[in-house]
Amino acid sequence: MIEFRGVSKRFDDGTLAVADVDIVIPPHRTTVFVGSSGSGKTTLLRMINRMVDPTSGAVLIDGEDVAGVDPVRLRRGIGYVMQNSGLLPHRKVIDNVATVPLLRGTPKREARAHALELLDTVGLDRSLADRYPGQLSGGQQQRVGVARGLAVDPNILLMDEPFGAVDPIVRAELQQELLRLQRDLGKTVVFVTHDIDEAFLLGDQVIILKTGGEIVQSGSPAEILAHPADDFVSGFVGADRGKRELTVTEVDGRRVVVDADGRPAGVLTP
Amino acid sequence: MSWIVDNLDLIGELALVHLRLAVPPIVLAFVLSVPIGWVAWRYEWSRGVLLSVIGLIYAIPSLPLFVALPAILGTSRRSELNVIIALTLYGIALMVRSVADGFGGVDRDVRQAATGVGYSGWGRFWQIDLPLAGPVLLAGLRVVAVSTVSLVTVGAVIGVQSLGSLFTDGFQRGIQAEIWAGIIATMLLAFAIDGLLVVAGRLAMPWTRAGAAASATRSDEREEATA
Repeated sequence: MIEFRGVSKRFDDGTLAVADVDIVIPPHRTTVFVGSSGSGKTTLLRMINRMVDPTSGAVLIDGEDVAGVDPVRLRRGIGYVMQNSGLLPHRKVIDNVATVPLLRGTPKREARAHALELLDTVGLDRSLADRYPGQLSGGQQQRVGVARGLAVDPNILLMDEPFGAVDPIVRAELQQELLRLQRDLGKTVVFVTHDIDEAFLLGDQVIILKTGGEIVQSGSPAEILAHPADDFVSGFVGADRGKRELTVTEVDGRRVVVDADGRPAGVLTP
Repeated sequence: MSWIVDNLDLIGELALVHLRLAVPPIVLAFVLSVPIGWVAWRYEWSRGVLLSVIGLIYAIPSLPLFVALPAILGTSRRSELNVIIALTLYGIALMVRSVADGFGGVDRDVRQAATGVGYSGWGRFWQIDLPLAGPVLLAGLRVVAVSTVSLVTVGAVIGVQSLGSLFTDGFQRGIQAEIWAGIIATMLLAFAIDGLLVVAGRLAMPWTRAGAAASATRSDEREEATA
């Protein structure tokens, strides 16, 4: 479990990125921070592995304040996946995946053997192991990034807009892949995105943030859709434009669900 | 022409002496520039001062510097050390900016990711920043190498032997072939060192060539996909 207790962050230039936030992130579930840029979502994520330290308040992992943990040791125990993959361009795919085990002192042969297995886990062909990241497609690079994040079998996986830079088809594929992985692995995933649809698809818990790092609403996707806390949330999830409103029409004795534009979304089963 | 054939031994010997004078400044300039350039990159406030002051060293004419160094360092006037130290200073003047630019050119995302997965500051410097700055460092080092090989010849004027001695001797004795031999041998030496650096760079940084091949690989895949 990860807890944010009264956490604020003011950067040196005076901007308030996070304002007095309390969050409880349950284990083995996916929690998504969603908001537009400047909402402090990435800052919140980076407080978990101490890439950012809070100005006030505390972040706790299983009851232990991370401020008391050596940041380098902390980070080596937490999976981290970021936008544009963040792979090391001068290391082969296999060595990228093995990065953290090697940092932790795992023998090279063992780390590489495990890295090959991880390529299978994320659905990459082992023949890519000896390529450099620049020789892969964007989607493949992201998969390598996920494999690297899983390499030490961490309890916590931080994902900072990991699918933000790939095209929509590949993104949908990667999202399904993450759902499949999460069903198998049950990690505590903290995921950052600006895409509300992605948040609703992946999140067990969704936390909506607005500029200045304030939480406007948190809950399951269904709870948020059913009762948007205010106009901001309605606007953000698209409820104010009727985007989320579905109606039922009868067609030849079957009940067809239709969206606000009149396009069929599916069929209701009894 | 016959002068060159008759004096191949002398040319070879001077080429070796030339190398002995050129290689230490190239190596020293590189090793000393990396920390200075790193400071200039890391601490924004120091960048302007460091880069301009160090860049100005190159504006000091070489001959007066060779002459002045013995007085400053207490070395003997014909000591090879004067040439080595002067050329190290010129090398640093050329190299520091490349180092600062090289570190500055490392992708921020990659650096962030390296921190995020648990590199310590020191580990990140050696394993991420330095290798990724490598191509720019190499470009700077090639300029330093060629410039140093050429500047070594100036030492001949103050009596430090090198391939440059072939010009001074050739001028004094009016032997055209000897002058040409000095010029050509110096250039060949510079090309050879430059070539070695390029080869060493390819071996040390295999990913730079893989990157060039990357677009070709990807277009192959697209063709396969459409076929």
